Amino acid sequence: MADKPRIKLPKEAKKGEIIQIKTLVSHLMESGQRKDAQGKPIPRKIINKFSCEFNSKPVFSCALEPAISANPYIQFDARIDEEGTFRFAWTDDDGSVVTAEEKIALKA
Amino acid sequence: MGAINRRQAFLLGGGFVALTVLPMAANAEPSNDAAELIKKFTGGKEATKGKITFDLPEIAENGNTVPLALTVESPMTAENYVKEVLFVADGNPNAGVATLMFTPMSGKAEASIRIRLAQTQNVIAVAKMSDGSLFTERKTVKVTIGGCGG
Repeated sequence: MADKPRIKLPKEAKKGEIIQIKTLVSHLMESGQRKDAQGKPIPRKIINKFSCEFNSKPVFSCALEPAISANPYIQFDARIDEEGTFRFAWTDDDGSVVTAEEKIALKA
Repeated sequence: MGAINRRQAFLLGGGFVALTVLPMAANAEPSNDAAELIKKFTGGKEATKGKITFDLPEIAENGNTVPLALTVESPMTAENYVKEVLFVADGNPNAGVATLMFTPMSGKAEASIRIRLAQTQNVIAVAKMSDGSLFTERKTVKVTIGGCGG
């Protein structure tokens, strides 16, 4: 999970505007169903949780299962009432968390 | 009609693959924990059909990554919004796919993800509203190549 997550959202929005946010993080999302060359099952290792907060208030989050494709892509919306910072977090099965932040300004 | 060209040979090969894969899919266990997961989510209450629309391809060529786009009808205000949407797939080794959690700050109850489908099966969505009401929708997806390794 060394790669930086990719996040796409507008730099500014009008007050009350609903914007679309696209996120993608590189991860194998090992399902736990596959077997290695020796026939031993490969243990499950996935991103099991994603969350997005805006100015420390929850916007959107999701619990993910092994049925999510590798390099999980998540797209959702957010209503902008004030300028501030989005905080994104991806939680791995091993407990590590990858975070990212994006700022958004209000259009004059 | 002369000798079989490369393209025809390729198509023939593809046909054989499909033939050998299909019986496997048909033999696979059709039932998993889908019903239990839904029951746990709804608390045993009945969900009404409606309010949810989700887009999934009718035929997924590659079960490893199937685009899924969800829209739930809701004003998304502090008094009336979509709280959670559960997705299950009744033909995967594990039924759980994802649970999406919205807030009034989401603005719209819309989201897109990409999912894995092991075989041809139903994908079922159940939405829980802020007032506790429940809605459901299901779709059948034909899967050409399964996406759970194996």
